[in-house]
This record gives sequence, C-alpha cells and structure tokens, in this order.
Amino acid sequence: MKPAVWPREKPGEARLLQVDPGAGTVSDRRLSDLPNLLRAPDLLVVNDAGTLPASLVAVTSRGRVEVRLAGPGETDRDWTAVLFGAGSWRQRTEDRPLPPALAPGEVIRFGDALCAEVRTVSPASPRLVELRFDREGASLWSALYRQGRPVQYSHLCGPLALWHIQTAFGSRPWAVEMPSAGRPLGIALLGQLRRRGVSIASVTHAAGLSSTGDPVLDAGLPLPERFEVPPATVEAVEVARRAAGRVVAVGTSVVRALEASAASDGRVRAGRGVATLRLAAGFVPRAVDGLVTGVHEPGTSHFDMLRAFAPEPLLQEARARAEAWGYLEHEFGDLSLILAA
Amino acid sequence: MRVEGRAALVTGGSRGLGAALGRELARRGARVVLVARGERDLQAVVAEIRAAGGEAHGLLSDVGEKDAVHPLVGASAALVGPLDLLVHDASTLGQVPLRELAETECEDLARVLEVNLVGPFRLTKAVVGSMVLRGQGLVLGISSDAGVVPYPGWGAYGVSKAALDHLMRTWAAELEGTGVRLLSLDPGEMDTAMHAEAMPDADRSRLRSPAEVAARIVDLVESAESVPNGSRLDLMQLARVA
Repeated sequence: MKPAVWPREKPGEARLLQVDPGAGTVSDRRLSDLPNLLRAPDLLVVNDAGTLPASLVAVTSRGRVEVRLAGPGETDRDWTAVLFGAGSWRQRTEDRPLPPALAPGEVIRFGDALCAEVRTVSPASPRLVELRFDREGASLWSALYRQGRPVQYSHLCGPLALWHIQTAFGSRPWAVEMPSAGRPLGIALLGQLRRRGVSIASVTHAAGLSSTGDPVLDAGLPLPERFEVPPATVEAVEVARRAAGRVVAVGTSVVRALEASAASDGRVRAGRGVATLRLAAGFVPRAVDGLVTGVHEPGTSHFDMLRAFAPEPLLQEARARAEAWGYLEHEFGDLSLILAA
Repeated sequence: MRVEGRAALVTGGSRGLGAALGRELARRGARVVLVARGERDLQAVVAEIRAAGGEAHGLLSDVGEKDAVHPLVGASAALVGPLDLLVHDASTLGQVPLRELAETECEDLARVLEVNLVGPFRLTKAVVGSMVLRGQGLVLGISSDAGVVPYPGWGAYGVSKAALDHLMRTWAAELEGTGVRLLSLDPGEMDTAMHAEAMPDADRSRLRSPAEVAARIVDLVESAESVPNGSRLDLMQLARVA
C-alpha cells in the first residue's frame, strides 16, 4: 500500500474504510460519513495530547547523535530517549548506524542552551537511555521547542513543521509522535457528531515512538506510556454504556489508555497511569467497542491490536480492499472504522 | 468563569495591562503563563508573582511570528495544563510618533496587523480546539476605542483593533453552543508605557493604573457567563452604568 508522503491540505477529506466485524463487511466511505456511521448515544473518545518536536540533534564527547525523546519520566527533567547515529529521518530507521556508545554520566549538548546527562543505558540496547535535562519549567520547555524537530520517517517527502503534527484539539505535549487518527478530525466534524447525539470525550495519552531501528526494541513496542483519564470521560463512558451506546476510540493510544484503566467489569477509572499492556489477538477489550485508526500493515503492533476487534481474515480482506481502492497508509494517510454496526 | 485553579495565558505580559492581569489572575489563584518579547521585564513580573505566593511562568515569544505559536501553546500547556483563559493583550501601535494613513508605510500596517490581528487569530486557532473539546474556555481580546472612533493618526492601530473585535465576534458566532466564549474589551485609557508612547503629553495623573483596570477585567472574566457571547465590552461605559 502506498504511504501518504505529506500531510493533506484538508485533513478532513481523508477516506474511511468501514470494517464491520458483526456483518463481516468492508465498505469504502469518507471521513465526512462518520456522523452517519455513529449514532446517539455512542461515545467517541479522542487523545488530546499535543505533540512535542521530540527529535533533537546533539553533540557528545564521542560524536554527534540524534536524540528522539520517547516518553517523560518521573519529573519534567527526566525522559526516556532513543539514540541514533549519523544520518537523518530521510533514511529508514533500521538503516541508521548505532549511536556512539555512551555511558551513564555522559553529557549530551543540544545547541548552546540545553544539556542532558545520561542516567542509565538499557541492557537491551545501547540506543535506549534515560536522560535528565539540566533545567526545568519554562526554561526547559522553551529550549525543547527551540531545539526539537518533529520525529518523522523516510516515507515522507520533506521536513515537517510543528503544526503538521498537531491535532485540532491537542493540548499538553505528552506525545512524541502525533496521535494521528485524530488529526483529520476537525472542530466542525466534532460539532456535527455532537449535534447527532454522539458524545465526545478525551484522554491524554503520551503516544510514543513507532520505530527505533533496533529489532529488539521494536519487538517490544510500544514502550510503557503515561496516560490520564479525566473524571468527565469516566462519566461519559458510563452514560454511554447505560444507554447501550458504543465506545469508539480514536486511535490505538486511546484504546491503550481506556483498556489500561478498565477494571475486569469494564468500568473505567479516572486518574493517571502508565500503560504497559500490549493488545493482541487474545486480548478481549473491556471498555472499547471499536476504533477509528489508520490502515495498518500486518506484523505491526497496531495491526496486532486490531485483531482484538475483528477477525484476522476480515482485517486481511480490508487491507487488500483498501489497497485496491487506492487508500494511503501511515500517519497522514486514510482511516478505518472498525466497529460492529 | 471562576479563575481559581484555572490555566491562563496572557500575551504582552511583561508590562502595563498584561503584567497587571497576570498579577491579578495569579492573586486569585490562576496558574498563569505570561508571554512577552523582553526577558528582563518578563522575569521580574514572574518573580514578583511567585514572591507573592502565586504561580506564574514566563515564555519569551513574539506573537507576530507564525512559527512561535505552537511552541508557545505547547510549552504553556506543559506548564499549566490545558488553557481555560487566553488573553490577547500584546499589541503594537506601529510607528511612533503616530502618523496618518497617507504617511503609513504598507509594511508598517502589515506589521501592526500581524501582531494585533493575525497573531491573536493564530493563537486562538491553536488553543480553541482544546477548549471546544472540554466544553469550556474564554478568549479575551484587549481592544481600544480607536477600533470604533476614527482618531486621525491612529489608523493602523485602530483598524487592527476593529478587526480584532470582529474576529472575536465571528468566532463566538461559529462556536455558539460549544461552551467556549470569546469577548473583546476596551479597557479605556491607562497609565502605561504604551499610552506614553502614543500620547507623550498626556496628564498621567488623570489616568487610571493598570492594576485597577486589571482587577475590574478579572471581575468581568469571573462573571463573563452573564455577557452575550461575542460582545465588545467598554470598561469605562460599564463603570458609568454601574
């Protein structure tokens, strides 16, 4: 399937592959059809994380590295990061050379005004490190935004700007890669959905890196990700459930957040947590009935998650149809809705 | 909107009304981000608010720069959480001494519009989606009577403020029913550096202090639900009615 190589001028014009696991059907729709595919009292849950420009070029005593922040740690100063050697996003991550071997205590310099110390190096891979920045608060965030560039991959045709990787409703910059299923959803579409009686709620989920270039690390993706479920969302889920509405997650990050905070009876708890679960075929969703997501490739962690919502043969058929119909894949590509009607 | 516990972003926050609004919002318990171009003044206001027990953060930024918007909004949300209140206070008079339109360079008019109109447009656009999602939020554009009265010499500034009023009004109409409110407010004359730049011969003793005006504006913010969405408020007129 062809990748989308650049963000659409009008993200709302994305196509929507409707996959109905109940009927076993696949249909070619437009995102603008979504209000007609949902109904009162369904609930749509989006990830309202803003996206940080999480790729930072840096210098160490052993040479240059690209630091990709993977997720925040205990404080604003502490981050998990993945290091890359020479090259840029224009190469496939798996073709990037290893970073110079850094030991705990090594100082990484980002331009003139920001440093970080390597706190730990993962035994699993020399690419995976814990960093502590030398500043905090406004000074740190200003420096990160000044030095950082969007994390992006080699299927794109040019360097992204920061606004390309924001959704219309994003806020706290917890994500290091855009929660991309939400990007085509504009404010006007949310209004149409609400007028149709579909409720909209949010979680904040620190969507992490989708590729590290290291097969060992990639096999373990996604890394643990911080999330927050607000009380209003818990209430919206309960209201929808009581009235037999469907809970539809926008993006796999929302599935992770809601499922990670769901008790065995399916009730979602409010608060912060760290999602460590990996959702695959054997997983039975407790809180989420379906999702809006990209058109994913078999063998990826995203595809594995879809197997919890639809049988694999139907997903394979959906993928083949999407390809034949000219759908585009990856973060700026088209969408699918996997939901029993 | 009760400001206690709310997250607020105030542009033009290093001096004059913006700084006074920052102090007043923080005094009433808001978590405040102040934005300005001048680091020394900005850090002094932030330090003063913190010394008084309030929460404030200072971000250096130029709201007239397109590339500055998302870094500003992202850093603000990282510091104080999703924004509940956005105050567009930063503005420029353009060339001073003020000059009539026939003497105004096209580039000067464009720069005034960039800071006073396009900047607030971009910033609102980057913030308002999160407010719509949460079903609450207030965007306040600081306007001027020069946006209503055609004072000779105030053309560039006045045009930008008239357009800012209409920007807030139109956005309010588009977001009706979402819970998000947009207002513009003419604070009237105040004893600020900007006023002195525009009218160096004015009798300062007759001018109100920015602190006094800021307290009244925050009172209005706290009772904004009673004002029709999209309204242009005139603080002096409201005082006379009261």
